[in-house]
Amino acid sequence: MIQSKPAMEGKDIYLPEPAKLLKVEPLTRQEAFFEFTLLSGRDLGHLPGQFVELSVPGIGEAPISVSSSPTVRGYFEMVIRRAGNVTTALHRMEPGSILGVRGPFGTHFPVDTVMKGKDVLFICGGIGLVPVRSAIQYVLHHRADYGRVMIVIGTKTPADRLFAEEMEKWRKHKQVTLLETVDRRDETWTGAEGVITRLLPLVQVDPPKTIAVICGPPIMYKFVVVELIKMKVPDESIFLSFERHMKCGVGKCGHCQINGIYVCQDGPVFNFTDVREVEEAI
Amino acid sequence: MTIKKIGPTTLERWVDSLIGQQRVFGAQAQGDKFAFAPLTQAARLRLDYDVAVTAPKAFLQPPCETLLRFGARGYESVLDTEPFVLFGVHPYDAVGILQMDTVFAEGQPDIHYLTRRAQATLVVCDVQNASPNVFAGCMNTAVLEEGGDVLLTRINDDYLVEGRSAKGEALMKALASEPEAEAGDLQFRKMVWDHNRQLLRRHELKVKPEDLPAMLDKSYDHPVWEEKSKRCFSCGSCNLVCPTCYCFNVREDVRWDLQNGERVRTWDGCMLTEFALVAGGHNFRRKKAERYRHRYYRKGKYLYDQHRQIACVGCGRCIGACVAKIANPVEVYNRLAEGPR
Repeated sequence: MIQSKPAMEGKDIYLPEPAKLLKVEPLTRQEAFFEFTLLSGRDLGHLPGQFVELSVPGIGEAPISVSSSPTVRGYFEMVIRRAGNVTTALHRMEPGSILGVRGPFGTHFPVDTVMKGKDVLFICGGIGLVPVRSAIQYVLHHRADYGRVMIVIGTKTPADRLFAEEMEKWRKHKQVTLLETVDRRDETWTGAEGVITRLLPLVQVDPPKTIAVICGPPIMYKFVVVELIKMKVPDESIFLSFERHMKCGVGKCGHCQINGIYVCQDGPVFNFTDVREVEEAI
Repeated sequence: MTIKKIGPTTLERWVDSLIGQQRVFGAQAQGDKFAFAPLTQAARLRLDYDVAVTAPKAFLQPPCETLLRFGARGYESVLDTEPFVLFGVHPYDAVGILQMDTVFAEGQPDIHYLTRRAQATLVVCDVQNASPNVFAGCMNTAVLEEGGDVLLTRINDDYLVEGRSAKGEALMKALASEPEAEAGDLQFRKMVWDHNRQLLRRHELKVKPEDLPAMLDKSYDHPVWEEKSKRCFSCGSCNLVCPTCYCFNVREDVRWDLQNGERVRTWDGCMLTEFALVAGGHNFRRKKAERYRHRYYRKGKYLYDQHRQIACVGCGRCIGACVAKIANPVEVYNRLAEGPR
């Protein structure tokens, strides 16, 4: 049985706590769905948009965003793309395996503050849907606290789509609009084709009432932000989740730094007004 | 606090007695250069060194250190709790260490650094010979006004030994019967300090260090970043020798049984190509000029904005270490001071 021993003096910010892999299911060629629980029995205590550092003993540690809502108790979910050493090892793990978890770290989508009472526009490209799913689930769980919910999703090909069944459930909620596009269609796809920004003009927003949340590949941000500004969504109503190499999660190692900002501590979720003048950010 | 005056024989006897009590790392000759290394006898100590190849902060944040051990019982913290003395640290390097103290203690404290730091006694020694590239005089780091545990200053053939903390005073207990420094000695020491402020200026910075953040603020698109970095090999030598570079990587070292092993922290450098690379393959600082500029901004602005301290102590090591000869901060800053062209 794996246990973590506390440090001699004070808290060791690098010491993971043990977690158990409950479930793993392949989703696409590259991504798999994982369910974990902390051995201590406590809930992870995250908010939508936060991430953890996941340790595979003998392989290493990688930052992974939490994909389930904190309203789901007893376990938490992640969708992990096979990209490096740690994630490749994770894809090979069996249920029952013990891993290490540090976190949750960073800022979250403002589901508990400025989003309340507002129309919410989620814009997700590729695996950007993974952290945003946590916020979508949270908002739909507390449906009465928000106005209209608009979800715009772009994926490379139909085979890369994540949470396809869940999307159908989202559509059935009251006042939920879900628009989807793929970059390249195949014979199975009857929906829209093209980049995600082509869907945005189709969304009817009431700009002063709308909060926009964006997460996707680095290239997507500038195009989506420009489109939102055209739609007259105020800068302070735009929130972006950034990807960087968040090695330590505690603002020390330097890898995720953008100018004076540490993405692991000051982000990964930023208000657009805090990063629009920051070079190298978008 | 006490200030003693001791002769060379007493100094040697004192250092030898310290070696018997705890680990002592001191400046020693290595080939035609100097380095901090475990001291086995006081006679090997070279307090007249000009600069140590690696900054002594390497004994507080080692190039490779074990953070955790893992095995059947899970992950466990590994902390270095053995006392040691860093003997003969130059003032500019002491300033570097004091900055690391802030960095590792602020926000979420790093107990690996802080535990080792708590075990360290810092014996600072005023510079006796200027290295070819030092510009500490321009960075206000030629003399350590306060801080450290003991300060040594050479006065002709003798040394003044000042206790600067309880830990320093404890180290000086063996010198209890030695004479106190007299007013004339202190006068002499002041002259040494004034002299060093002038001597440690092998490169002359044309702006005040406190003006660097504002100057950098206006220089993001300056041509100097592109011009200098064109010849950069992205080797990270400037990062390796820098007393205020502390960025790190973490990796797992596993034993042959694939069950037990260690999680180790190693030095990393923002000038290396893969520093801002993410797993998907996107590199957030792909261009040499972006990495080169980031390093200067981090030293002169980003860390200053956080701690109100310029993260360059003027040791000049990067100037000597750079193969392409593009790493002289004084050249870069003077160029920026001239304006856009």
